[in-house]
This record gives sequence, structure tokens and C-alpha cells, in this order.
Amino acid sequence: MYVVIAGGGKVGWNLARELIDKGHEVTLIEQTRRRYLTIEEELEHAVQYGDATEMWVLERAGIQRAELVVAVTGDDEDNILICQMAREKYDIPRTIARVNNPRNRELFELLGVAPVVSATDLILRLIEHEVPSFGLVHLLDLHAERLEIVEVEVTPQAPAAGKRVSEISMPEGSLIISVLRKGAGFVPKADTVIEAGDEVLVVLDPGLEDGITDLFAVGA
Amino acid sequence: MFVLIVGAGRVGSAVAQSMLAQGHEVSVLDHDPLSHERLDAGLASSWEETGGRFTVGQGIEVEALREAGIDDADVFIASTSGDNTNLVIAQVAQKRFNVSTVIARVMDPARATWYAEQGVRTICPTLQAISMFESAIVEVS
Repeated sequence: MYVVIAGGGKVGWNLARELIDKGHEVTLIEQTRRRYLTIEEELEHAVQYGDATEMWVLERAGIQRAELVVAVTGDDEDNILICQMAREKYDIPRTIARVNNPRNRELFELLGVAPVVSATDLILRLIEHEVPSFGLVHLLDLHAERLEIVEVEVTPQAPAAGKRVSEISMPEGSLIISVLRKGAGFVPKADTVIEAGDEVLVVLDPGLEDGITDLFAVGA
Repeated sequence: MFVLIVGAGRVGSAVAQSMLAQGHEVSVLDHDPLSHERLDAGLASSWEETGGRFTVGQGIEVEALREAGIDDADVFIASTSGDNTNLVIAQVAQKRFNVSTVIARVMDPARATWYAEQGVRTICPTLQAISMFESAIVEVS
């Protein structure tokens, strides 16, 4: 696969190295001259010097034949523009963009740039996972499909604690898909009793989180 | 008309002053509080006393755009020093806030031309300079 990577920071450089090791063809574009020279000592012809938001730089890197464009500069506007041009001008089917400031995530979505990766969001998710007092942990967000999977630890005060699955009035658009108890997971049946301390996986439409917290994580 | 200008550099502040002088409502957004001095320059009293608005904030942040009044804007001008910032916020003004007239300053002729084809109104000072140089040379030759 031919991959064009914009931005030779830590993420871009390491990504280029890993992809080359896996046998892919890579061109990395870096706009700082000193940084470019450092990377060039290792990657040689696989790195090019220039501003990846300039079309002639993208074209010199052979963007027309790229199967994947990855925009991982430290600048969200640049990442948006690179992916937008890759998709709409050069017909590249797959792009991946890095979000530096999570507040800008909605701009990527608004301008049709997807999927996106945000290190801040990923770390935040890990923190939520490590600190269960946050109540509800997002395991998977499928933005485009409007579907989420969350994990929630059942508190003793929760309305659902001690109830059978069939007795719990789940919000419309949500479903218990798995229960983790004493380190083992199983798919619950209608007569499975949910206990305090269980970790429950729920699939739901976005926006129903509060209803799930009210049922399972009261007092968390 | 209500004109929102993002980026109070030489171009942005000059356009802001002339729009205000023509009787329009003008709001300016810039991340640098000191850029306010450019808006005051040459006025009898301060920019605010003359009737202008000024907000400190990043043009790419939706909250800052809101604070500067984008919801009521008839005209949106993106004149920050960054081409990519201008192109992104111009699209946000168009797609998210449905501002009827949106104009972005883009220095790079290639990006200015392509985005204009995609429906973003762009002004490219570089292209203007190139054609002025060309006609000046034609005149003397």
C-alpha cells in the first residue's frame, strides 16, 4: 500500500517507520528544514521537505496514487485541509486525521473529515476506565452509525441492582449485551439477576447515557 | 448589515474601519488583544466608542465565533494570517452558521483557486500582485 503522511513529528515519523517495516511504501512530508534533515538521515528518500497543505508538495509526493493519506501535523486546520483536498481533489478513498485540540473535533466532522484520532480523547478514555467513579466508560463510539457501547459498574443503590434483566426498564434504544462478574463475562438471559458490583456492557443510541447511569450507577 | 471580521491585521482592521465608517455594524475577532490598537488607529475616539465591537478569541473555536456574534452576521470575512485557518473558518461560517456572504483571504493561488471552485469565495492578494506586475511590465515594454 502507498501511504502519504503529512507531518514529521513523533507520531508521523514513528508511523512512517512502522509502515515501512511492514513493507508499505511511504512518503512523509515535513515542513521544518532542520527536522526534515534529521528524519532524512534515517528514512532517506521516504521523506520530503515542504508544506503539505500546498498542492504542488502533495503532488510531488505522488498523492494521486496514494491509497491512504494520514494528516498528523500539530495544526488542526492543516490536518483538516490536507484530508479535505486528498478526498475531494485527489479522490483518495481513505484518510486519517489527527485532532490536536479535542474541541476542534466537531469541525473535522462538519467538513467531512473522518476518521479522526485524538490522543487527548484516548487518554481521557483510559482515565475513565482506570477511575470507575466516573460511572460510565465509553468502550466504542461509532459516530457515523450513531451507536455506542458503554461499560458501567452496578452500584448497590442502583435501581437495577438485584433485579432480573426482564424487570429492568431499559431506555428505548438500549440493550444489555454482556455482564462481567468475578472476572468472567457472559451474555445475560431475561431471568439473569443483575448484582451490585457487576460490570454491565450496554449498546445504546447516543444521548441515552444519563438514563443508563440512573439505572445502574446511582451514587457512583 | 452586520459584518464579522476574523483577523485584525492590516487588511482586516482596515476593512473593519471602512465598513464601520459606511454605517455598518462591525464586529472583529482576533486572538491577540494588542491587535485592538490597529482598530483604534486614526479614529477620533476608541473603536468601541465609534461603535465597533472587538472580541479576543480563536477564530477556529465555535464559542469565540458565537461571542463575536456570528449567529447574526450577514457578512463573514476571514482575514487571519493563516490560509488554512481562513479556509476552515470560512467553511464553518457557511456550513454551520449559514452566513449568506463569506469571503476568505488566501495567499496561495492554488488553494484560492481550487476552494473557489468548491464554493468558497476567496480573495488572493498574490494573484492580484502577479497580474499587476505583469501589466506594469507590459506597459513599459
